[in-house]
Amino acid sequence: MPTTMLRKIIDLHTVTRSGDGDLLLYVDYNVVHEGPFYAFDGLAREGRDILRPLQTVAFADHYVPTTGRARGSAGIRDAEARGMVERLQSNAQRTGIVHYGIDHPQQGIMHVVAPELGMTHPGMLIVGSDSHTCTNGAFGALAFGVGASQIKHILATQTLWFKAPRAMRLTVNGELATGVSAKDLILAIIARLGIGGGSGSAIEYAGHAVRALSMEARMTLCNMTIEAGARAGMVAPDEKTYEYLRSTPYAPQGAAWEQAQEFWASLPSDPGAEFHTEIEMDGSKVAPMVTWGTSQDEACGVDETVPDPASFADPGRRARATHALAYMAIEAGTPVSNIAIDRVFIGSCTNARLEDLRAAARVADGHRARIPAIVVPGSRTVKREAEAEGLHEIFLRAGFEWRDSGCSMCTGSNGDLVPRGERCASTSNRNMEGRQGKGSRTHLMSPAMAAAAAIAGRIVDVRPLLRS
Amino acid sequence: MESFTVLKAVAAPFYHADVDTDELIPHRFLRKPLSAGYGNFLFHDKRRGPDEREDPSFVLNMPAYRQAQILISGPNFGCGSTREGAVYALRDFGIRAVIASGFSDIFSSNCAQNGVVCATLPDPVVRNLCEGLESSPGSELTIDLPNQQVVSSDGVTYRFEIDSSRKSRLIDGRDEIDVTLKHRDEIAQFEAAYMKRLPWLFQAGRVT
Repeated sequence: MPTTMLRKIIDLHTVTRSGDGDLLLYVDYNVVHEGPFYAFDGLAREGRDILRPLQTVAFADHYVPTTGRARGSAGIRDAEARGMVERLQSNAQRTGIVHYGIDHPQQGIMHVVAPELGMTHPGMLIVGSDSHTCTNGAFGALAFGVGASQIKHILATQTLWFKAPRAMRLTVNGELATGVSAKDLILAIIARLGIGGGSGSAIEYAGHAVRALSMEARMTLCNMTIEAGARAGMVAPDEKTYEYLRSTPYAPQGAAWEQAQEFWASLPSDPGAEFHTEIEMDGSKVAPMVTWGTSQDEACGVDETVPDPASFADPGRRARATHALAYMAIEAGTPVSNIAIDRVFIGSCTNARLEDLRAAARVADGHRARIPAIVVPGSRTVKREAEAEGLHEIFLRAGFEWRDSGCSMCTGSNGDLVPRGERCASTSNRNMEGRQGKGSRTHLMSPAMAAAAAIAGRIVDVRPLLRS
Repeated sequence: MESFTVLKAVAAPFYHADVDTDELIPHRFLRKPLSAGYGNFLFHDKRRGPDEREDPSFVLNMPAYRQAQILISGPNFGCGSTREGAVYALRDFGIRAVIASGFSDIFSSNCAQNGVVCATLPDPVVRNLCEGLESSPGSELTIDLPNQQVVSSDGVTYRFEIDSSRKSRLIDGRDEIDVTLKHRDEIAQFEAAYMKRLPWLFQAGRVT
């Protein structure tokens, strides 16, 4: 029977099933950040061991500062943040799990580092303590986030009880226009589905526009799948996937590579496989997108005006939009490209890979930022690669700050905050009230758009800048 | 984990769509030890103004709802991050059940791990219940988990939806790791076969 990639991966990892139909799945990798310390505390309290320490990888990313890194964790001024980073380190040392700590030469955001090291392979089941673990789906893996209790369960058993999500296929036909990136595509997809629209589903992205995306762009696409409420996002592996993996440190070597590749090629959904939901979109119609509200589905093209909440048929959505516009201090009908911006953040697990920084640098080159702008590479590897190309010099000449890697201003948990009332053009993934700091106002957009906003001091359409 | 069967308690109406985890507990509190008591962090930035003073108009600050053990809200409740701190905050505040017209997958899963019931009812029913509670603040609802029923104070019964495995886990209050470890041999057998099938993952004694 023709089978979806989702089903193939689930079947591959099924240990047993419960009377209620839940599946006990074997987890290839358990990836954690500083957050789920409760899980380590709980295991210690219950006197349980970690079953497979080499299959848990820990990353210091949420609480690491992006400046003053020379002294490692000792240099973190905030005692609680320092405690989070040091606690992860001591838990890792005590339990023998793999640890990319603050001093590690490959430190960075977990969803940037794991793929760039080649840990993520097609067909894997990767579960993590962060909702954006779904980023790894770009390789044709099934990857999703869980809470600390389930992290604890994986630590103790290397398995997870799981209810299979429904399979949704989202086919994007056509070609994305110049100046339109994977970030714009996923914002357009979320605007279409709504932030709860993917609930209970795993989305397989397909179609010409998706196949044309680079691996880094596919990661951006899969990364924000959770913002549509879907459990996971995935893209079938192809030559690009193999090409990307080939040179990574964790790639299979020698004859094992041929064997692995043969297996990977068996994973894409079979022709005729049935999906619970099929959605098609025209990629050529997607414009550079900007969020105007406090949910990721409150987004529109940069050439549009902020909608009137009264235009929403659904009363819940209408109430939410009304509230959002009040919080954002924006009036309905305002042209998006007239919105003045106070600061810019280029970073996060969504958009801090080398290609993202190249796209932002291309726009910033030869200009000068009018407002404070920070660039936070997704990993120290990305930072080194960007510096080898001279991107940091372009940013510094343009008046952008060039920082060290971490989650930074996406959540602000390391102290990189947007001050109350300020409006930030951000390449991150969440724009809820207070997400970047109490009273902060976030406009999500692509790296190129954020760089353009820094230069103009307001939201502008990046497309004309790229043509000139 | 505390077992859950039937709860009769004050229900707080908080009808909003897409209540997210950043709202339930802002990120800056997730570095606090559990012993700090997460109840004070629940809806922190909604409950308290910039000067940390309570906003008397926020539902959980109203005298009628301070003892609420049930919260009622709209679709897609708990969307956003994986932070289990959102559930710790609800639980530590005293909330044992959330009724909503929909839940995020991760959030409802985290609730089941912590003895908090997520009961799904159709949106019009949720709206009606909220209106009823607003017109008589402090009135109680009954949640009967074994029978999957919500009973209003005037005796009207609604059947709610809940995932069957989460329901039985909540009723048993059993430890999930202990349940799984009963499958220890199956896991070991699976692992041996898996390593044989995808040997490159386990080269040199490590994964990949």
